[in-house]
Amino acid sequence: MTQEEMNLAVSTCLLAGQILIENGSNMERVNDTMYRIAANAGLKSFQAFTTVTGVVASSDHCANAQVVDVRIRRNDLTRIAQVNAISRDFADHKIELKEAYQRLSMVDQTSTKQPVLLQCLAAAIMSFTLMIVFTGDTQDTLAAFLVGGSSYWVYLWLVSTFRVRYLGEFCTALMIGALASTVVHFGLAQRVDDIIIGSIMSLVPGVPITNAARDIVSGNGISGITRMLEALLTAAAIGCAIVLVLRYL
Amino acid sequence: MIERLLIHFGFAFVATICFAILLNVPRHAFLAGGLIGGTTWDLYVVIYYHLHVGLALSNLVAAILIGILSMVAAKLQRQPMILYNVPALVPFVPGGQAYKVVRYFVLGNYGVSLGYLYQVIVIAGAITLGFGLGDLINTAIYGRHHWHAAPFSQLKGWKKRD
Repeated sequence: MTQEEMNLAVSTCLLAGQILIENGSNMERVNDTMYRIAANAGLKSFQAFTTVTGVVASSDHCANAQVVDVRIRRNDLTRIAQVNAISRDFADHKIELKEAYQRLSMVDQTSTKQPVLLQCLAAAIMSFTLMIVFTGDTQDTLAAFLVGGSSYWVYLWLVSTFRVRYLGEFCTALMIGALASTVVHFGLAQRVDDIIIGSIMSLVPGVPITNAARDIVSGNGISGITRMLEALLTAAAIGCAIVLVLRYL
Repeated sequence: MIERLLIHFGFAFVATICFAILLNVPRHAFLAGGLIGGTTWDLYVVIYYHLHVGLALSNLVAAILIGILSMVAAKLQRQPMILYNVPALVPFVPGGQAYKVVRYFVLGNYGVSLGYLYQVIVIAGAITLGFGLGDLINTAIYGRHHWHAAPFSQLKGWKKRD
């Protein structure tokens, strides 16, 4: 195994780890995938240090350690499935190391975003179905549908324009509260609480909370606590916005 | 009873699939995720509203079932397990209780607020514990295939210390 091959193998492992962390995988899967690719590529003593904010990896105790800085946080499970498929193909010797690297960089570069309208429609439908499941209130269905869909559109716009992490949720929750109060004020719906409960569900940090719990249980303390903090900050942002709305509207 | 279960199944199914769209789950995992979400929510309704065993145990059982069914789906479709268990969890998120914590806190009714906070903590803890237990059961059924680094002192190609 030449030095170049070794470097490429370490790069491939790092790229896979980076894509998985960015798109919201739990750390056990990240470590598992990286060590698996390394073993299949023939690296002898691969070592990786993975956190949510960056990855360091080296192999064979050579001077070939490489670092990746991870800044992006997304919840894009399609890319996780794609990385999983590539790792499987590489383990079954269907593709070479170079092809695996190329396919991984394709996964990293191509956008898998759904159309905005579809996402808003999904958020709207989820708002009213969860409102009915949680509260049993069937009168305010249309109001929850409209509030949930329009506020999620605003959320997507905020996130894509300003790229801020917690203020996007804060502003969206403010808007949900304001819209729900307005709708009830004009007599188009009956209960503010139910509409807010339904509409807020599309903002809830489900993936970070699940991952935080699993990371802490599996022994990845740094990642688990970082993710827990991120999830709590998001929840606190939503809660503060709701406090403001309920207090002053 | 049957009607109520069917209605709950339908709503939980739709909500799970919508959350899966928001998380950008690949399309071929929608049906399995929705079925898992609907089934476990029905089980929760039966246990919580009809058997009255309490909040913690019903959430725990539902979370364990989500873990097991997700692993089955993941093995069948050869996909990562996270595609199934995260969307299926969405009806169990204590959103209503969390909202009521904030609402009664603002109204100055701290006692009621604390009561709901207790519920939120119990549900979150039960779900976390349930996922852990589900993983444990999956390991017992399928075995553990995780890859880890070897300890530094036992690596091949290194001279043994005297």
